[in-house]
Amino acid sequence: MTSKDYNWQLKGSRRILKELLFWAAGIWLFIYCWNIISARTMWPFVYDGAEQAGNLIMRMFPPNWSYFTELLRPIWDTITIATLGTMAAIIFSLFVAFLAAKNTSPHPILRQLALLIIVTSRSVSSLIWAIILVIIMGPGVMAGIIAISLRSVGFVSKLLYESIEEIDKNQVEAVEATGASKFSTLIYSVVPQVFPSFVGTAVYRWDINIRESTVVGLVGAGGIGLQLNEAILGLKWPDAVIIFMMILSLVLLSELFSAKIRKTLI
Amino acid sequence: MILLTEKKKNYSWQPPHLINGQKKRLIIYLLAAAYLIFTFISLRVDPQRILLGLSRSQKYFADFFRPDFISRWDSILDGITESLTMTYVATVFGIIISIPFDFGAAENISPKPVYYLSRAVIVISRSFQEVVIAIFFVVVIGFGPMAGVLTLTFSSIGFLAKLLAEEIEDIDWSQVEAVKATGASWPQLMIYAIFPQILPRFIGLAVYRLDINFRASAVIGVVGAGGIGTTLNAAFDRYEFDSASAILIIMIGIVLLGELFSSFIRQKIK
Repeated sequence: MTSKDYNWQLKGSRRILKELLFWAAGIWLFIYCWNIISARTMWPFVYDGAEQAGNLIMRMFPPNWSYFTELLRPIWDTITIATLGTMAAIIFSLFVAFLAAKNTSPHPILRQLALLIIVTSRSVSSLIWAIILVIIMGPGVMAGIIAISLRSVGFVSKLLYESIEEIDKNQVEAVEATGASKFSTLIYSVVPQVFPSFVGTAVYRWDINIRESTVVGLVGAGGIGLQLNEAILGLKWPDAVIIFMMILSLVLLSELFSAKIRKTLI
Repeated sequence: MILLTEKKKNYSWQPPHLINGQKKRLIIYLLAAAYLIFTFISLRVDPQRILLGLSRSQKYFADFFRPDFISRWDSILDGITESLTMTYVATVFGIIISIPFDFGAAENISPKPVYYLSRAVIVISRSFQEVVIAIFFVVVIGFGPMAGVLTLTFSSIGFLAKLLAEEIEDIDWSQVEAVKATGASWPQLMIYAIFPQILPRFIGLAVYRLDINFRASAVIGVVGAGGIGTTLNAAFDRYEFDSASAILIIMIGIVLLGELFSSFIRQKIK
């Protein structure tokens, strides 16, 4: 029959047309955006960039190894900011998540309020929270801890309330059938089901927070960012390279640690 | 029989513990407690400074609840445009540049030297927070949105490559075998056997990264890499908390819209 002139095609012609239009729109938007950025760029500086970068790396060597000992305290502060910030976020997000989950929320208005808290916290990054907090309460580790926790609440609550919404209802009913109070039901049927994913989320967030807490110091909120800012503003590149190495190893270690904990949990 | 009843008498139910083994549990809890105590001791908090700041900041707080969209509208609009264009351009660049690393960092299809090279790029790109990378690019090519584009591109590469490499490592290998059996060349193998399997995740991650890049574009401006962050930082520097509050509200709105958009796309892929 028609098998002679039949050609196999991955997609129908209508779909091809649709995809072509999509790509055309995407490319047009890209050119439009690129033009805006290009107009605001000093191109001679960009052409010069590679040379500048090479120059900069040359100036980093030899690294100032003795600076290492001065960094121990800031590194400790950085870890503290991440840990305490994550802990504060966890405590707060327990409430927010139970209010935000459809099946545990006591009232629709409270649910909307919790969702608003989540989106606000997620939209504003910790550095901006840190700027605000440093203005309010002065520079220091405390501002960093609160900034990190304000940013993390949304993240932890979001993942937690999504896993609460996915729990097995039979277990809740079973505990309710024993005549347990509302609070006991929550503790004995909901909490055990979400606990592993919750701990996983918390450890994962701690790992992200280590990375975030390396920069809150740039605006004065404690941690190694302060030293980084000093080194760069003072053009002390042999110091800066030590800081970069410290950040790199800290982040790698925290990632290994959190991956190991998550592996034993799941 | 006697043994059973005896046991039953002192039996009380306990919820299962997170860590098995009583000794191990005790040690871990003790270590954690010691760490926390030591941390709290090492905190240097000046309560007087905080109280002083709180009383001083009451005015600012009031300003936060009276967002002012009008007096700085031009520079806000300018910053938002710059942020959005930076986000889009950097995400496109990030996706394109990350493609070789996606395949290179997948252990099942990549030769060992390429694998280690790709993993090294991913580690460096992911370890540094965007702001740190932005500082570097600002020093190298100067202030402005181009430094921001380079920053966001650089950190998108590691993110996309890591997650997509994991996806490639999890693909169904029988489909690859099937395409191989037709005598397909290596590029054909990639396009017809591997790419279709990771496409949904690819689109999902691209949209997710768009969202992350927008949020990041608001911060890297603080160190001079363009975008709404520059406007926001200027507002904070001038103590114009009403304008800052307006900027934050607009950002939250855009992030919300982005979230709606990405959940719409993700539903469509499914």
